[in-house]
Amino acid sequence: MKQTATFISTYSADTFGVCSALFELGGMVVMHDPSGCNSTYTTHDEPRWFDMDSQIYISGLTEMDAILGNDQRLIKDITETALLQKPAFICIVASQIPALIGCDLQAAARMVEKNTGIRTFCLPTNSMHYYALGVYLALEAMAKLIIKDYPRSAAATGKHKRINVLGLTPLDFSVNGCDKSICGWLEENGFSVISRWAMGSTLEELQDSHQADVNLVVSYGGLGAARVMEKEWGIPYVVGIPFGGMKKRLLQRLEPSCQEPSSICAYLPSTTTPHDSSLENRVLLIGESVFSCSLAAALEEEYRRPVQVICPVETEEALLRPGDMRATDETELEPLFSDASVLIADPLYRPICPSNVKFIELPHEGFSGRLYRKYIPNLMESFHDLKIDE
Amino acid sequence: MLQKIHGQPSRAVVKLRDASCPAPFPHTLEYSSPARGTWNIVHTGMLLPESHQIYICAAGCLRGVVLTAAEMGAMHRFSALEFREKDMVNTDNETFIIEGITTILHRLPKLPRAVLVFTACVHHFLGCNLRYVYDTLHRRFPKVEFAECIMDPIRQTQGITPEERERREIYRLLKKAPLDEKSINTIGSNLPLDKDCDLMKLLASFGFSLHDLTGCQSYEEFQAMAKSRLNLYWNPFTHLAAKDLKERLGQEFLYLPQCYDSESILRQLRQIATTLSIPLPDFQAKQQAASDALREAQEILGATPIAIDLSFTFRPFNLARVLCQYGFRVVQVFSDVVSREDEEDFRWLQEHHGDIDLIATKNADMRLFNRASREKLLALGQKAAYFNDTPYFVNLIEGGGLWGFHGLCRLTRLMVEAFHTPKDMRSLIQQKGLGGPCCL
Repeated sequence: MKQTATFISTYSADTFGVCSALFELGGMVVMHDPSGCNSTYTTHDEPRWFDMDSQIYISGLTEMDAILGNDQRLIKDITETALLQKPAFICIVASQIPALIGCDLQAAARMVEKNTGIRTFCLPTNSMHYYALGVYLALEAMAKLIIKDYPRSAAATGKHKRINVLGLTPLDFSVNGCDKSICGWLEENGFSVISRWAMGSTLEELQDSHQADVNLVVSYGGLGAARVMEKEWGIPYVVGIPFGGMKKRLLQRLEPSCQEPSSICAYLPSTTTPHDSSLENRVLLIGESVFSCSLAAALEEEYRRPVQVICPVETEEALLRPGDMRATDETELEPLFSDASVLIADPLYRPICPSNVKFIELPHEGFSGRLYRKYIPNLMESFHDLKIDE
Repeated sequence: MLQKIHGQPSRAVVKLRDASCPAPFPHTLEYSSPARGTWNIVHTGMLLPESHQIYICAAGCLRGVVLTAAEMGAMHRFSALEFREKDMVNTDNETFIIEGITTILHRLPKLPRAVLVFTACVHHFLGCNLRYVYDTLHRRFPKVEFAECIMDPIRQTQGITPEERERREIYRLLKKAPLDEKSINTIGSNLPLDKDCDLMKLLASFGFSLHDLTGCQSYEEFQAMAKSRLNLYWNPFTHLAAKDLKERLGQEFLYLPQCYDSESILRQLRQIATTLSIPLPDFQAKQQAASDALREAQEILGATPIAIDLSFTFRPFNLARVLCQYGFRVVQVFSDVVSREDEEDFRWLQEHHGDIDLIATKNADMRLFNRASREKLLALGQKAAYFNDTPYFVNLIEGGGLWGFHGLCRLTRLMVEAFHTPKDMRSLIQQKGLGGPCCL
């Protein structure tokens, strides 16, 4: 039966994706929720919580407030706290019950903005989607917010091409330096990184994004912001992560798009045929779409073996390669795993991996949280340690 | 970027003399500190041997409980049914739960003896017919017991909390049995009682056998708790379970709130002796030993400031009072509420030590709390340690299984040890469910 998870974990939720994406930007995120969301997010999904202050709170919704539609308490609590703590912006997200009762968070956001003078918005989360959508919504909203105030700059004239990196969160990249490695690689190749959405950049740096010539989208979560910037500022984007052989491909795509705007997905094959599901020695890779497809493309090039991606969280078909697929539920995944010879996945998938299938652990913070954090490799630096043939 | 704002929080700190009772702080947005040692409903449920837990809720709610199980290394005892958006309108949720649990139980390598089923807030709001659900499950799985738990924090301020309900439902699995005059339970605690404590020794000396869920290795051993004549408890989430056991099984109960003052300890020992119709031994030597231990510890700690938090004990004000009476310099109590049991001690402290800072732990302003310690501070509890950024702390939760005069002696030893030996606060406090299994 679908939606059952007898043995495996669940992915981080949309609300937590929002918090993760906005964490470093000096804003306030309020999860409209009774209890538990905040400790879950800050325990399992937020490695920055101990060292870096961020205004992430829950509203403490009660049954009576929910039934009586008492949104005034939410508005009052946010207003009072915001006036004291002076966040750069306020984002309100709903968990399941506010979504169920149709809580008008847009109205609440307008009231808070009126009361505080601080830009306030809400996002259509409900705790019933996964983090990838939350990251997408949050970064897209930030892009829309910033675009209101900042016009497009003149085209690049200097030696260094200017670039934004979109879609960085610990939920996909952990805190193992992968984000820095990506930016370091860009700089080594003549790019000047204007902003990192949203690990390692301030809101002010994000506000400089209009100066970029191209955007690099490193997760589905960054795609919404990329589209906004393309539409409003005319900045093209390239999707992909420079793992292994993807480095060369990405550079090829990034170069022309700096001069001739056309947004593309760098890991999409230009000549290869779709995966044949009957292929023997098939390698399965399960994870976020852009991360996994980039890694799969790099592995295929390295090992000359087909690597099929299964994306269990939100994405778009356009971000998947021919033959890749979307599946989330344990009962859908099990038969797929049975047909593979190698499975690359988070360790919490191991219980449903058949014993005759080689299991390669690739911990993913969005799935197993902090449990295997210390084992999450920075694949920008250690791609060649991921050996599927041995 | 908002890096470490060191502003004085305005709403989260109040001098004890100015604090109101039982709710010293106004409601506002809530913050979650990185101290994670307290137990949640997953940890407590795992105490039941040969049981399995199934949660039916949205991804956001599932996330915390599934990863609790994973961090305990207990994923083989945990399953979930994920409630999705379409299930709010297009799903017969009774059927969804029944068929989902059926699928899960059929997929397990072996049927568990008991299943703790956790429905959620959403089922309450949707008016899900849980009676029908459980009746059907009982018919389908006659050899499996179902504990009807609910993870519904939305109702916890006005109704039964998930922790209270879970305890009641676990002990509801006990089947009526003839009562054994020489058998006694301690119920509701997450942590085992110190084997050398006054209570254990008293009961053992009169030939009573003591049973506790924390020590049960099998479901049969758990069921043996049904034979006990008396339930003792100090965890305040256990009232409902105790009353239910009295009604169903005829087991008497004694609520023995945690306490650190001699008078209360002696009163509780007398209560136990009277209930069991046994003579009360002379505890004067033990009382003196505890008093001496407190004095000696005070001499060592001198004027070292001490902070106590509500995760360390259910009675932070009682502990603060005792420490103050022995000359310790208590400067902070971290507690969002004042419990009924603690009110008298709270009032005493207001009158005699009104300068103590009463500090909230969940108030949003705690995000801005200045954690930089100005002098060496001893913290009793993880939250007090975190908020003071001190490596000198006693790492216990919920009283740590300490009890009576012997418990006081151990506590003082732990305080002195913590005063002399710094700990890795950062890593210790971030582990969930202190005292339980942890794979981190």
